[in-house]
Amino acid sequence: MTDWLTPGEWMALTLSLKVAFWATLTSLPFGLLVGHALARWAFWGKGLLNGLVLLPLILPPVVTGYLLLVTFGRNGAVGAWLYQTTGFTFAFQWTGAALAAAVMAFPLLVRAIRLSIEAVDTRLEQAAGTLGASPGWVWLTVTLPLALPGVLAGMVLTFAKAMGEFGATITFVASIPGQTQTVPTAIYEALQVPGGEPAALRLVILSVVVAMGAVFASEWLARGVARRVRGE
Amino acid sequence: MMLQVAIGQRFGDFALDVTFTAGAGVTALIGPSGAGKSTVLAAVAGLLRPDAGLIGFGDQVLSGPGVFMPAHLRQFGMVFQDARLLPHLTVAQNLRYGMRFAAAPGDLAGTAEMLGIAHLLLRRPRDLSGGERQRVALGRALLTTPRLLLMDEPLAALDTARKAEILPLIEHIRDLGTPILYVTHSEVEVERLATAVVRLDAGRVISA
Repeated sequence: MTDWLTPGEWMALTLSLKVAFWATLTSLPFGLLVGHALARWAFWGKGLLNGLVLLPLILPPVVTGYLLLVTFGRNGAVGAWLYQTTGFTFAFQWTGAALAAAVMAFPLLVRAIRLSIEAVDTRLEQAAGTLGASPGWVWLTVTLPLALPGVLAGMVLTFAKAMGEFGATITFVASIPGQTQTVPTAIYEALQVPGGEPAALRLVILSVVVAMGAVFASEWLARGVARRVRGE
Repeated sequence: MMLQVAIGQRFGDFALDVTFTAGAGVTALIGPSGAGKSTVLAAVAGLLRPDAGLIGFGDQVLSGPGVFMPAHLRQFGMVFQDARLLPHLTVAQNLRYGMRFAAAPGDLAGTAEMLGIAHLLLRRPRDLSGGERQRVALGRALLTTPRLLLMDEPLAALDTARKAEILPLIEHIRDLGTPILYVTHSEVEVERLATAVVRLDAGRVISA
């Protein structure tokens, strides 16, 4: 299994999967909160929040990476404080790659969650309320299950985007083999050195295989969940 | 226990100004479409907070100046015209949904038997007929042992045969002692069920 990849390439693949997994998992609670807020709540600054969430989709990734660096870098506004108080830093760590991927994928996650929550019939939530269920319980047992296909689709998109994220990642945490070098940054590095094309090609094929696998898995998952929710 | 309603509500140029009381038995709220019946019911259920006025149940204020008890704390059951069963749950799960919150939950097997839905427990709402759905919705509300049962045109979407099946069930529930506030535009249903009648038109009580 591993002999057609060099240890370095193998490392880039496992790191990419790790980064994408944690980016998806940790951004999910925030995605649910923001998606729900945009779908259901009326509050001051809603337009601003919406714009802020969409920003990474529109800004050049290098700008997002730079903003992450000045915010969460070791000398950054938040990063310096975090490092001094907890000793934790995102800078040039795989956790930084996960943060960059999560931020870049966040608009896709929020959009999917927002649309799926908007599609849930609020009259069903009202009916559950008249049966004695508190708003929190209604959310867990009615809203979330009915929105689940969309939430899962958003998670798959987030994972896919995180696997492919390049610009913000290389700007924020560079491309250090074994620490922050993901498949896309490894491909970029390989193409920078003479004779690197075969290595790049192997990683490209790998990317395509992983992406196709993710797409098939997500379609299958979403169909199954949608059937269950529709009550079939 | 007595329900007291004295509320005012504005929607654009429609003004609702309704005062009535409801006690034991079936209190029917009847009137043409747009009379404000469903708005009154939603305010009693706690799904809508009226602009002004007071709603009380026994000696408890449910809604008034600075007071609003949300729907899930009122212990009122509600049956909607469109059933509103939870589509991702089975009939049994729908029936059980409110029981965990009830101080004295009802008997699921007995209630399902009484409503003639015992053979449907494992089905999903999409596989039920309109009449079956409405019976499940009725059972779901009854199993929470509500202090008051609110019914919003529960038969309006059903054909004559299905209505004839469900009317005796509502009579039976009334005779078991659960007070019911029943919204309808059907004189036939009023004739058959009502202990007291409140007539609404254009947002006002015209006779009570």
